[in-house]
Amino acid sequence: MNNDNIAVSVKSVSKNFKLPHERDNSVKSLFVNPFNKNRNKFESQHALKDISFDIKKGEFFGIVGRNGSGKSTLLKIIAGIYEPSSGTIVKNGKLVPFIELGVGFNPELTGRENVYLNGALLGFTKKEVDANYDSIVEFAELERFMDQKLKNYSSGMQVRLAFAVATKAQAEILLVDEVLAVGDADFQRKCFDYFRELKKNKTTVVFVTHDMNAVKEFCDRAVLIEQSVMVAQGRPDRVADKYSRMFMEDEVVTEVEAGPQRWGNREVVISKAEALPKKLTDKTTPVELHVTIKARKQVLNPMIGFSLKDATGQIIIATNTKLQRIETGLLEKGQSIDVVFSFANYLSDGKYTIDVAVEAEDASSTFDWWEEAIKLTSYETIPMPFTTSPDINVVINSSRA
Amino acid sequence: MSTIVNLIQKTQSKYRYSIILLKQLVITDFKLRYKGSFLGYIWTLLRPLALFAVLYVVFVHFLRFGSDIPFFAVYLLLGIVLWNYFVEVTTNGLSAIVGKGDLFRKLSFPRYVVVVAGSFSALINLLINLVVIALFMILNHVPFTLNLLWMVPLIIELFVFALAIAFILSAMYVRFRDINYIWELVLQAGFYATPILYPITMVLAVSTTFAKVMMLNPVAQIVQDARYVAITKETITITNIFNTPYAHIIPIVITIALVIIGAIYFKKRSPGFAEEI
Repeated sequence: MNNDNIAVSVKSVSKNFKLPHERDNSVKSLFVNPFNKNRNKFESQHALKDISFDIKKGEFFGIVGRNGSGKSTLLKIIAGIYEPSSGTIVKNGKLVPFIELGVGFNPELTGRENVYLNGALLGFTKKEVDANYDSIVEFAELERFMDQKLKNYSSGMQVRLAFAVATKAQAEILLVDEVLAVGDADFQRKCFDYFRELKKNKTTVVFVTHDMNAVKEFCDRAVLIEQSVMVAQGRPDRVADKYSRMFMEDEVVTEVEAGPQRWGNREVVISKAEALPKKLTDKTTPVELHVTIKARKQVLNPMIGFSLKDATGQIIIATNTKLQRIETGLLEKGQSIDVVFSFANYLSDGKYTIDVAVEAEDASSTFDWWEEAIKLTSYETIPMPFTTSPDINVVINSSRA
Repeated sequence: MSTIVNLIQKTQSKYRYSIILLKQLVITDFKLRYKGSFLGYIWTLLRPLALFAVLYVVFVHFLRFGSDIPFFAVYLLLGIVLWNYFVEVTTNGLSAIVGKGDLFRKLSFPRYVVVVAGSFSALINLLINLVVIALFMILNHVPFTLNLLWMVPLIIELFVFALAIAFILSAMYVRFRDINYIWELVLQAGFYATPILYPITMVLAVSTTFAKVMMLNPVAQIVQDARYVAITKETITITNIFNTPYAHIIPIVITIALVIIGAIYFKKRSPGFAEEI
């Protein structure tokens, strides 16, 4: 592989934060109870699990994910603020992080003094700030305020000043975190103009955001982080769509007692129906459907089945205990049984619903039929636009011509 | 070949950033210190002078300390100024990492810079105070000699010793938040365990062994040597107490050992600062 083309290479990076069991950071704890075994016990919190990707030079690269998904931790690891627990980061080129605008800004200093301070933190010498000072002030539109203390600035003015300094950074790799979340429409327009300029100049930008429109507009590629795992990588529009979908699926299935979605004579009822895991991110982990039924009178061999439908309503997978040639036996009144259907995860990227039903052995009567009893989402790193998507192995055997 | 050039460039650029930061942090600290106070930077001078005035009245005027030492007033002031410098570096250093936690969580930069910056700020104060001492020397007709040049290596030794302790304290404070109280006590005891306001002869009169142990403290050695070279040859230095100038080796070795321990400990702990603060 040609490494000259790679600006940032993230190789199986994981990060655990150690949460001490007893948060006792005093020296006293050392003296009082030196043999306390719990003192050195830590609970590990996984912030990132095995993340790998390469960012090419000149690429505008998006990292998206919900709050707490681990995306900011990832950015901080790339910036060198945190050390990864395992894995490596290779960086080619001068990197400037904007984890936050106006790092080191001090409210007691004047605007001018803060420009020099912030500039130094971004690696500017005094001379370099001198040379850029006028254009920074002009860009921030704060000519009249530079000799006032920063604490007298409005938050919008502070952001403008910080951003003006930041735009001067001569970085080969720029890390930008949520900058767009602040500022008014006019400021956002300036931000976007700056991004366009970066893109034109082929600066490598790593961009962490919630704003899917910005991702679609600017990013060449993006990754989606969800619950510490990278669940998608690739075209920004696909990643953005997937991100948007994640919010929809959070709707919880409400237990329906009866109605158009659920019917039957309830001689046997479905007391529980769930899928494990609910979010399918891994092709090698089978999907398990757990269905618990309870008999309200004595029945022989009730038939339990399900059908899994995709977002368009088409049935992808369906079966029942009779088709599987399993006899459920005699159920006494009040007796429950638990049925687990498990099958390989062939599901393409997308949302699925599962209908669950219990019928009499000869299908003469329906005990309980519950439509959309389970909701399920499958994530693929590279989404496949086909009905099913099993793990496919490709072997190439070439012969001599 | 190109890798060597690359390496040199890399070290240069890394170094460059540290210097830029160091300068700016010292300047900022200087600007911020007395921001909003009426007398501003004059407080740097007033603080040791006020302490000096109190100690002078109590110990010299009433208790007649150091009546056998010429220029005892300047002698006392020099001791206080050097001790104050040591206190300032170590207390600045102690909170350097924790106090700049905001920066550590948002930027990646050489961690040691904030600790070094704190000690440079204190060094500036020390130099200003030394100018005041020079004025006192003139007023008291203390003869100026070439021996004064020895002040340079002595101040360097004090700078290094204080900085080494600052490194250890700053890294420990991230973990153990009791360190600041402990260090306050150590400094309080240290002030009396170092011959600053009383002449070491008073200790010698009681126990030679005790005086010997006291003089092994690098600060005590430096203060006494500084008084010897700047003010009066009547000062009892580590050389007198051990009857050999080679006794200097011990405080110097202590200083070097602390530098090594400090550097190793700080380096080991520094990757975790951002998440531990």
